[in-house]
Formats: sequence, C-alpha cells, structure tokens
Amino acid sequence: MAKTDKSASAPAPEESEAGAAGARMSTAPAEDRGQAMPGSFGGVRAPGALGWLAWSAREATGWVRWFWRQLTSMRVALLLLFLLSLATIPGSLVPQTGVDQLKAEQWQKEHETLAPLYEKLGLFHVYSSVWFSAIYILLFVSLIGCIIPRTWQFVGQLRGRPPAAPRHLDRMPAHATWRTSAEPEQVLAAAGRILKRRRFRTETAADSVGGEKGYLREAGNLLFHISLIVLLVAFASGQLWKSEGGKLVVEGDGFANNLTQYDDFKAGSLFDADDLDPFDFDLDSFSGSYERTGPQKGTPRDYAAHVTYRDKPGAERRKATIKVNEPLETTRSKVYLIGHGYAPMVTVRDGKGDIAFKGPIPSLPLDSNVTETSVLKVADYRDKDGKPDDLGFQGNFVPTLDLRTGTMFSQFPALDNPRLVLTAYRGSLGVDSGVPQSVYQLDTTKMKQFKNPDGRAFAQAMKVGDTMTLPDGAGTLHFDGIRQWATFQVSQKPGNGAALAGAVAALVGLAGSLFIQRRRVWVRAVRGADGTTVVELAGLGRSESARLPEELADLAAALQPDAPQVAGDATGDAEGDDSGAAAPDAPADDAREGASPAPEAPAETSEGARA
Amino acid sequence: MTLAAATNENLAHISNVLVYSAMAVYTLAFLAHIAEWVFGSRSAVGRTAAALTAPAAAAVTVTTAKSAQSGGTAVLERPKVVTRSAPGSRDVPDGPGAAGGSEKGDLYGRIAVSLTVLAFALHVGGVLSRALSVQRAPWGNMYEFSTTFAMAAVGVYLGLLVAKKNVRWLGLPLTTSILLDLGLAVSVLYTDSDQLVPALHSYWLWIHVSCAILSGAALWVGATSSLFYLFRDAHEAHAAEGRPAGAWDNVLSRLPSAATLDKFAYRINATVFPLWTFTIIAGAIWAEAAWGRYWGWDPKEVWSFITWVAYACYLHARATAGWKGRKAAYLALLAFACYLFNYYGVNILLSGKHSYAGV
Repeated sequence: MAKTDKSASAPAPEESEAGAAGARMSTAPAEDRGQAMPGSFGGVRAPGALGWLAWSAREATGWVRWFWRQLTSMRVALLLLFLLSLATIPGSLVPQTGVDQLKAEQWQKEHETLAPLYEKLGLFHVYSSVWFSAIYILLFVSLIGCIIPRTWQFVGQLRGRPPAAPRHLDRMPAHATWRTSAEPEQVLAAAGRILKRRRFRTETAADSVGGEKGYLREAGNLLFHISLIVLLVAFASGQLWKSEGGKLVVEGDGFANNLTQYDDFKAGSLFDADDLDPFDFDLDSFSGSYERTGPQKGTPRDYAAHVTYRDKPGAERRKATIKVNEPLETTRSKVYLIGHGYAPMVTVRDGKGDIAFKGPIPSLPLDSNVTETSVLKVADYRDKDGKPDDLGFQGNFVPTLDLRTGTMFSQFPALDNPRLVLTAYRGSLGVDSGVPQSVYQLDTTKMKQFKNPDGRAFAQAMKVGDTMTLPDGAGTLHFDGIRQWATFQVSQKPGNGAALAGAVAALVGLAGSLFIQRRRVWVRAVRGADGTTVVELAGLGRSESARLPEELADLAAALQPDAPQVAGDATGDAEGDDSGAAAPDAPADDAREGASPAPEAPAETSEGARA
Repeated sequence: MTLAAATNENLAHISNVLVYSAMAVYTLAFLAHIAEWVFGSRSAVGRTAAALTAPAAAAVTVTTAKSAQSGGTAVLERPKVVTRSAPGSRDVPDGPGAAGGSEKGDLYGRIAVSLTVLAFALHVGGVLSRALSVQRAPWGNMYEFSTTFAMAAVGVYLGLLVAKKNVRWLGLPLTTSILLDLGLAVSVLYTDSDQLVPALHSYWLWIHVSCAILSGAALWVGATSSLFYLFRDAHEAHAAEGRPAGAWDNVLSRLPSAATLDKFAYRINATVFPLWTFTIIAGAIWAEAAWGRYWGWDPKEVWSFITWVAYACYLHARATAGWKGRKAAYLALLAFACYLFNYYGVNILLSGKHSYAGV
C-alpha cells in the first residue's frame, strides 16, 4: 500500500503492520498530513549580531525547505495541473496572434473596449504569457523535485531485497492457508523455486520466503515523467530555433531558400539566417481536382504541386510531388503546400508599342471558388508621345464565369470558363513615394480611370488570347494565358525528433506505470501443533488489484503438488483452530465473518480464484 | 494523382436506412431496459432493505475454490483466497442489478441486451456501408464520427458483457446516450456521403480518428460509472446513517456498490489514458505532415490537451489523500465534459483546422 493511502484513515494497529510490509513499495511522495502551519524555523535567537545571523540563516533555510516541500507535494502538483488545464482554455476562446494573426487583429478591431484589457492580460498570446509560463514552469519544477528523490529511492529499492514476511500474514489484503504433510523446508524450497520461475525477486528467511515483482511500474512512472521534461525541452528549443517562411511560386518559376526570397518570414529568437538549408526548387506544374457534383460541389479533393528540387546548389536535381499531407523533405527543412490560385499572364504594351510588362498579374483568391482580385502596376510606361507615366489595372479573375447566375463570382474552382475583367487607370502609382505598398492593392487617389467615349468607366472581360485596347492609343493589354500558383511554407524545426522520442517514451512509460502492478508475496511454512505443516500465503499490492488474489490462487495451486493438502482439512477450520503457530493472536474470525459493519473491521471477501 | 472512387449513392442510401433501423431497435432496447428497471422495483424493495440492514451478511466469504474431482484420483482442492478490503471502506455488497431478482424484470433485461446486439449489428452495417460507399475510413465529418462513436460505445459495452463483467446496469444509460448521439448525428450533423478534402488524405486518418473514437467511447463508460458512483455513494452514506429511504433508493440500491463502481471507473479511465495520449501523439504527427507543425494550439489541440491534463488530474487525485473518492469522481466527470466539449463544442462553437464539411 502506498504511503499516500495510509494517511487517509486513522492507522489501525494492524494496518501499521500492513504499512511496514508495504514499506518502500511505492516511491510516491509522502503526504504531510496535518502538518503544523509553518511558524518560526529559527528557534531560539542567540544575543548579538552573530546570533541574529545564525537565526536568520536557520529561518531562511527553513522557509526555503518548507516552500520546496510544498511545491513538490502531490497536492500542489495536483493544483498546478488543474490550473494548467484552466489556463489553457482562454487560448481556445480568444483568437491568438500566434495561431491566426488576421483573425486576432479583426477581433481586436471589433472589441475596442475589451481589446486593450485583453492585451494587458496577454490573452492574445496565452501560451507565451507570463501567467501561463509561470504555471507550467512551476509544474515542471515540482515534477523535477519529485522525480529526483523518487529515482534515488527506486535505485535503493532495486538494490535492496524484498522485506521479511510480516507476522500476521492473514491480515494482508489476500491470504490463503492450508495444512500439509510435507516438511516446512520442502515447502519453502518449492515456494522459492516457483516464485523465481515466475520472475519474482525472492528473499528466504528462516520460516518464510518473500517475493516482489513489478518493479517496472515505477520505472515506467519515472520514464513517463522524465519524458514529459524531454518533450517540454524539445518544444521550447523548437520554438527558439525554428524558422518558418511563406512563398508564392507561379508555375515555371522557382524558389531558392534564402531570406530575401520569402514573402513573409518568422523565426525563433535564437535563429540565425546562416542556418537556412540551401535548397532550391522549381514549380513545374500544379494540379487540383474538385468535387463536380452533389452538395459539396466545388470542394477540393486533391492538390498536387510537381516540383524539381535539389538539396544544395550543385547537387543532383530530383523530381517530387508536394501534396497537402506530403511535404517535401530536404536536408533540414520541410516544404508544405499551403494554398493555390491562378495567375493571369499578360503582356502590356505602351503607347509606343514597346513591351512595358510581361508576366503574371498578382491575384489573390476571395472565395472557395477562387474568384480573385487582380492588380497590375506598370511603372515602366510611356504614353504615345513618349512621356513617362504609370499605368494601373484593377479587376477580377474568374476561373468559371457563368453569366446565367447574374454574378461576376466564380461558380467553380477549376478553369471551366475563365475570364479576366479589368479596368485601367493612369497617373501616379505612388511607388516612388517611399511608402511600402502591397502588390495586391492599387492606390487610385492620384490616378484617373480610363473612360469610354460615352463617358462610362472603361472595362473589359477577356478570354485567353483577347486584347484590351486602351482608349486614345494609350496602349494594349494582351491576355496571354493562365498559370497556376501555389503558396508554400518552408519550415525548419529542430527538436522534432527529440519531441517524437519523448512522446514515444512517455507512452511506453505510461503503459508501464498503469498496467504493471507492483506486488509482494510471502509464503510461510511452520510446523503446527498437530505435527502437520501450516502453509500460509499472502499478497500485498501497491494498488488494489483484482489480479492479486488470482495470482495468489495460482501460486497456491502451483505449490500444492509440493505441499499437498491434508485430507479433510477445510481451509476455514484450519485457520480458526490451529493458526496458533503462525499467528497466535490473529483475529482471524473477525476478519472472516466481519459481522459488524464498522469500518475498522474490514470483512470483504471477493472472488479471488478463477473458478 | 489518385482520385478516390465516386460516391456509391446506393450504398450510401443503404447506410442511412441501416442507421435509422439501428436507432429504431435501440429505442426498443431502451424501452425494454425501462421495463427491466420497473419490474425490478417491485421485488427489490424487500431484498434491498434486508441487504442494507445487514450489509456484511452477504459479504462474508465467497467460496472461490472449486473442487476438481475426477474419478478415483486424490482430491485436489484449490485453496481459498481470502481478501480484505482497505480499512475504512464500507463493505456494502453490489446491488442485485436492474431486474432486482424479479424474473420478469430479468426477462426484459435479456430482451434488451438481445435487442442491443441486433441494433449493434445494424449499426455496424450502417457504418460499413457508409465506408464502402466512398471506399475510405468513415470518419470524414461529424456525422460519420458520431455514428462510429456510438457504435464504439455499444461495442465496448457488449465487449465487457462478453467478458462477463458486471455491466448490465449500464444498459439504460447506454441506450439513452446512444439515441441522443445518433439523433444529433442524423438531424444536426448529417452530411451526405462524399470524398475527403485533401487535408484528410492520409493513413493517419485511420489511426488518429479511430483511436479518438475508441478512447471517447471507453471514457464514456468510465464517466457513466463515475456518475453512478456519486449517486450510489450518497445513497450508501445515507443508508449507513440509517435515515429513511429517499425517492431514488429503490433504483440506487440495485446498482453495484460504490466501491465497485469507483474501481470500475478507475480501471476504464486508467486503461484509456495511454490510448488517449497516443491519439494526441498520432494527431501531432499528422499535423506535422499536414500543417507544418506538430503543435499549433488549434482549438481541437487545445481541448484535447485540456482533456488530457484533466484525466491526469483524476489519476493523480485518486492516489492523493483527501482527493480520492467523490472529489476524484467529480474530476473524472469534469474531464469527460472536456472530452465532450472537444467533440461537439469545438466544432460547433469555435472554428479551427478540425472543421470539415461545414462543421
């Protein structure tokens, strides 16, 4: 029985013996029950400055030790665990900056009064907030403070021997007895053999054999808790050294892994740009398939990005396919497929007929059917008189236009009936102002929209191959074709291997600590008053286990060929009548009949042996 | 590029019919269980009163030995093993079960179990045909998750029955929960049989989701046991003080004893805890492959972590003085509530990466 169990009830005299027999079976921290409130640890203060110093030192160490004992106690650990689960909740209810930045910003805009308060409380980054960190750090300190002494105790247990048989075996949780004609020595030798065969560690005393088994329970328990620390360290180091960047690549283009190439980049505080894995890849093609029918029409079914990559410059080029669940693994990085869209390819000629722009129009999907907003800024432009100016195009790209629906929104995510709808502006794009601009937004404040002769805004819907001719010979835009693009996330996360190892070890340890039972078994054989040998078997488990009585019954059955029962001996009688040799003052009858329902007379007998 | 087979509408339809049929049979089983409890109440009164006034009488030595006599050879008797419970426990025997010793009640109970087996067979057929209609694991959306969850819960219950565990008292709460779960599935969560979104194209779907379902189903059994432990424990405390019988005494006295229920709940929860841990680890490995990080505080991840910590609390509490017993049982219920919130709440109330097919 664990020490923790013992303190639950006022220890009856017989229980203290059970406690002794079960001593050192568990290394669970002892519960300081009814501990006096901490008062002064310093004791008597001697006069003078030295006396004060000595007293203060005693006082201080006393408090530190008290605090340490509290922190490493099971009750505080339980409280911290509970707090941890409570503290985790707000992070799932309030949008987190680290999880979804856009959503968090939107939430902050919508809740003007709450947002500053939440910000102060760290509710937008719960998992890196001071209070959350405080809880788990305290929990892990408590854990370490628990593991270290338990490890030493466990080492001690491994080096120690199973304890001697307690005097009253019949007071153990499981007990069996019978009389035999065999000699006590014979019985004990057989018992030792049987226990050893069943891989018990055994210890033979004068009139008894003790055995203990299930040490792996504690080993599993320690392994589990140590693995948790490994997991935490792996997670933390992953956060510190990680790097994660996003990049949009159009079919036919490529990406080389260096900081300047990224559209956006996040890294842990200890990350160094030199750590980047020097791979590169080209996006050869992208394919997507979608549900064509049914209520989920338009739902994506499969995405695949076909790439050619090499691990470092000069290395051999290889082909690979990146899918949603199948990232590309380079030496130290993983490349994930995150999103996709279409890039209309256009050629813009200026007033002189020279090519002012040739390439993809940056377009961003608006909905799940990939209606896109498209913006094109042409800064390198001259009008028909050769005067430098800026051109701006704005509009939508629609992969499947169906005018019958009366909307300009795409009806399906694949390229069934693609149209590029654009309107055009001239004037200053403002790109020279020094203020950084988004390529997806056109600032038209200093621009003038082209007009049709009838005065309406100039706009045109184009199929692939169509040309848009701007009014007044200002130039043309030719819709060359459509390429797909894909967004990739490149992550470099050290510590993933350690985290996996920690997780697997935690699982193994957990299984050991929950499924293995630590138990002790004693066999005693003593010559009784009538000349026969009284055999007694008893078992004590670390936790209440239904299997212990079963195991004891098996042991008894295995012992019987060496210690055959004397004919006519009914077990019950034997104990009542001549257990004298073994336990002269055993209150065996109380234990058996247990007529009074009072708690101090436990009398439950349960089905032990398999029928 | 591998494109999964198109939906087989015919099989999908058969699946729906089978699930509805299973619900109908579960309803009959539910009614039969009610009849079992009602008939049991008549004969139980006298018996329970007797059992409670002399609780120890029934607790004395249960003979576990069995003489194996064969022909003329010597009698080899297995020795009896006498067990003692920990000091301080009440030593109240298990109740007689829902039927309370009434033959008619027992008959209805047997009918209920038979009907549950029949409904389970229909249910399995429904889930299988759903899977076959799209040729993939039938766990792509909340409807499929819920139907499989209910199936697993019934499977756990029937498995325990086959293993000769004393779980027939679970019949009524089980059928009730199953009907609620399936009702919610077919009315609110229903989604037509269809192919998976790209994020779910992974063999981890088989591993991660099946473990989540099985854990949940077993945790449901544990939580129900803890809940009934709380009622039964109050009832026993009540009886020990010799106060007059309350309104529910008749029902509660037929349940297994508080100690049995508590132990049963612990065993289930402790057995499932490593499985739940594995579910989270498998999910993390999958997330690493699908989303580029193994842990990103997505609401589903957060709540599975909360559930895990809550069950860890429960396991620790059970080994801590002053927390075992009722407090630990409350923790177990709280932990299961976390699981349930993770199951329904996260998908319905919060949005995250675990939202598929609308919910």
